[in-house]
Formats: sequence, C-alpha cells, structure tokens
Amino acid sequence: MENLNETTAHVVEVVSDMKDIPVGAVNIRENGVSAFHKDSDHVKIVKKTDKPGIDIYVDAESKNEIVHIPVVVSKPGLEDKVYNDFYIADGASCYIVAGCGLHNDSEHITRHDGIHTFHIGKNAKVSYIEKHYGEGTGTGAKILNPVTNVYLGEGSNLTMDMIQIEGVDSTVRDTFVEMEADSKMTVTEKLMTHDNQKAESNMEIKLKGDGATARIISRSVAKDKSLQIFHPKAIGDAKCHAHVQCDSIIMGDAVVSSIPEITASNVDAQLIHEAAIGRINNDQLIKLRTFGMNEEEAEAVIIENFLK
Amino acid sequence: MLKVENLSYKVNENGKDIKILEDISFDVADGELLVVTGPNGGGKSTIAKVLMGINEATGGKVYLNDTDISNLSIDERAKAGIGFAFQQPPRFKGMTVRRFLALAAGEKLKENVCCDLLSSVGLCAKEYINREIDATLSGGEMKRIEIASVMAKSHILSIFDEPEAGIDLWSFSMLVKQFEKMHEEKKGSIIIISHQERIIKMADRIMVIRDGKVAGIGSQEEMFPKLFSDERMSFDCPAGKGDA
Repeated sequence: MENLNETTAHVVEVVSDMKDIPVGAVNIRENGVSAFHKDSDHVKIVKKTDKPGIDIYVDAESKNEIVHIPVVVSKPGLEDKVYNDFYIADGASCYIVAGCGLHNDSEHITRHDGIHTFHIGKNAKVSYIEKHYGEGTGTGAKILNPVTNVYLGEGSNLTMDMIQIEGVDSTVRDTFVEMEADSKMTVTEKLMTHDNQKAESNMEIKLKGDGATARIISRSVAKDKSLQIFHPKAIGDAKCHAHVQCDSIIMGDAVVSSIPEITASNVDAQLIHEAAIGRINNDQLIKLRTFGMNEEEAEAVIIENFLK
Repeated sequence: MLKVENLSYKVNENGKDIKILEDISFDVADGELLVVTGPNGGGKSTIAKVLMGINEATGGKVYLNDTDISNLSIDERAKAGIGFAFQQPPRFKGMTVRRFLALAAGEKLKENVCCDLLSSVGLCAKEYINREIDATLSGGEMKRIEIASVMAKSHILSIFDEPEAGIDLWSFSMLVKQFEKMHEEKKGSIIIISHQERIIKMADRIMVIRDGKVAGIGSQEEMFPKLFSDERMSFDCPAGKGDA
C-alpha cells in the first residue's frame, strides 16, 4: 500500500476494508491504470488486450480464495470505463471484494462505469461484495454507472452485496442475471442518497432452470431532495422460486419509486414481491429514546442498522 | 424514590377536552414493587407513558429521587434512571438482538451477558442473539426481548407495561421468577402494569386505576381481597371503552 498516495489508500480502505495488501489475488485500479497487481495460487488476473479491464480466472481448486479488485478515480475530469470478466470454474469457491470510490476536489465530472460479467460454473460458490463511495470538496459530479451480468451454472450459488455508502451524486445500476437449474442467488442492495443525489437500480433475474432460487433484497434511505428508483424484475421460466423485497425509508423532500415486477411463464414458478416505503417509525424512535438517545441519535442508529 | 403529585392527562378530540388521567397521586419507595391494575381503558398504560415522558402530562408533578422530572424529555428521563418496557414493542429491520441489548445497556455486551439476559426471559439465547428484530420474530419473542432490554441496565425505576401479554405459560413462569429476583435484589423500584394474579401477588403495594382515577392504593394484603369484591375496584369495564 506504500506505493499508493494518501487519497487512494484512504478510498481503497473505505470501499474494500484494505489497510494493507491482503492475502489472495489483488488488482488495484487507480485513475484508469493498474496500480498494484498480484495473483494467488488459484486465481489469475490477466489484463485485457482489446479494451480496458481484466479477466479473473478462478480455477476449480480454489476454496474460498479471496480476490480484491478496488477501483479509485481521483483525477479531475476522468471518466473511466472498465470491463471485468470473472470466470469461475466448476466446483470452485471464492470471495470477491470489488469496491469503487471517487474522490473529486474539482468542478469537473468524475465518473466510473464498471461492467462486470460473471461466468459461474456448475456447483461453484461465489460471495461478491461491491461498495460504492464518493468524497471530495469539488462541485463536480461523482457518477457511478455499474453494469453487472451474471450467468449462474447448474447448482451454483451466488451471494451478492451491493452497497452505496454515500457521496455518489448519480448512479444508474443495471443488473442482469440468468440462472440454470438448482442455482441459488441472494442479492442484497443497500443504498443511501442525500442532497440532490439520484440513484436508479434496474435488475432483471431470469430463472431458467428447475429448482433455481433467487432472493432480492433492497433497502434504501433517501434523504433531503434525493431521488431513488428501483425496478427489480424476476422472470420465472421454470419450476423456480423468487422473492423480491424492497424497503425504503424516506426523509425530508426525497422521492422514492419502487416498482417490483414478477413475470411467470411456468405454472410451477413461485414468485413473490413486496415493497414498502415509509418514514422512520415513531415507535422505533421512542423506544431508542427510552435508552437515553436523543431524536437525532436514535434516527442515526435506525438508519445505520437498516443499511447494515 | 418516585413521587407523583396530582398528575393529569387530557387529549383534545374535535375541540373537546377528554380527561384520560385525573389528579393521580402516589409514590414508590426505593426497592418497592408497585403493581398498577384495573379495568381495560382505565388509564394504566397512560400513567406508564406519562411517567416515561412519552405522553406529556397536562398537569401535576413527577419527582425522581426528589428531582422534579416533570419537564424532562423521554431521553432525559432515561438518563435520570427510568427504564421502560412497551406493551407492544416496535421491530427494527436490520438490527440484531445483540445490538439492541447493547444499545439498551449503553455499552458493548459480551456474548455471555446477552445470553444470560435472554435466558432470563425464557429465550434460548444462542438461537436469538444474532437474529434481526424484524417480522420473523413472534409477538411473544418480541415481548421477551423487550423485557430483557430493560433488564440490561440498572435503573432507579423500571416500568413494565403488561409484560405478560402474548407470553406463553412456561415463559411467564420464568418471567415471574425474574421479577421476583429483581425485587429481592432491591436494585431499584419497579412498576408493573398487569392483570395477572401471580404478578399482582408479588406486589408490595397495589394501585387500582379506574376511569382515569386512583380507585384504591394500599398494601398487597390489604388490596388483593378487595380487587374482586369492591365494586369501585371491579375489573368490569364499562361497555364501549377500549384500552387507554
């Protein structure tokens, strides 16, 4: 980490909890180029030759091997686009941390579009966490527009946590998933917006094989004059099960649209959706105040836990 | 000790004042257990909420250890030493039982301390400690966690609003034992709002509230026989009135 400047090191720590170079495979992308790279026993990271980005190969021998691929954009005016493809072999298991942080002290737009594609083999198991974060004193917008494509092989299992911590002015997140028989996926999306920030999340999960199971959980807090739009869509083409749950806390003058959609083309598909938007429950505030917290402290605790 | 003088609480509905509590006066000595009972809709839960500052009294004074706390907010009263268990506790999405109990205690709690607290209210601790306080918990489980949250900290005065509601018989027996233990240890004063005979029988004193007024107050020996024989203290509820 000594090769990284202070800003990059700080952002890397926020988005991927890295204080030092961790065990496992690592690729740190800083302002459009690789600032650090290492492979591990069963994970090879290869730079693409036709476009910006990397290919990550996790071989069948990998058992819970860890991959860190944080991205930092701190150069004023830089609009970075990267293609990262993950190839997870049949039977492999791994844990992937892919945070992205923007630092902007300028009046120019800073932007990162990460296009991630997962090819998850039969019976493979993947845990993926992605944190998004923005900081800086500039007036220039901090924009993150991630695209995530996932192909889940038979019997595979994916746990995906996508978290927007704070400071991102605008984000449009598109997620596409195709699930083969007996594959399982849990996607948890947590998002906080404030001031005039905008966040849109579109998700399409196709359950193509019998026994496929998907659980989509979205929790968000919209403050001030921010805007959030959620459009998770589950499509059941087989004897499958999907549960979509969207919960939002709305505060101030924020606007939240939650539009869960389920479509079945098989009589044995079981698809459920729930969506709720509301202010912080007054009984929750009162309960925490009986613990000695003032209203602001109680509110902060409720939000922190809701998004945890 | 707690001293309540001429406490009143009224609400305005359609321009008309409705008295919920009227001229309530009583005290609770250090280490004393006072059970507040009476018919539904009489104002028992409202007394508890006014003492905690959740409902703002429209008249009267409340003193805790000789300090006037009448104008203190909920959190200020909590800091002054009052703990409160709700009759219908709220749920918190994303918050674990362990975190909830730590917030109640005002400090990080070791796992064994959390487990002891949960066990004391009849919950198998290991199963619950990392669960979220959300809709997956039953009403009875929520109620027991709520009670444990008050027990997580030493209070000058602990108030329990109908702790028995929604709790199965086996857990209720454990709960009664826990209240007995708290009372024996005399670590603080306790007010329990209850209709349950076993809880009423634990009381040092019993106060009966009916139609927003004190219908009677006295020692357990004195009051208990009167509860079902004295018409003024009867639990028969006038038709059409709900819980207050």
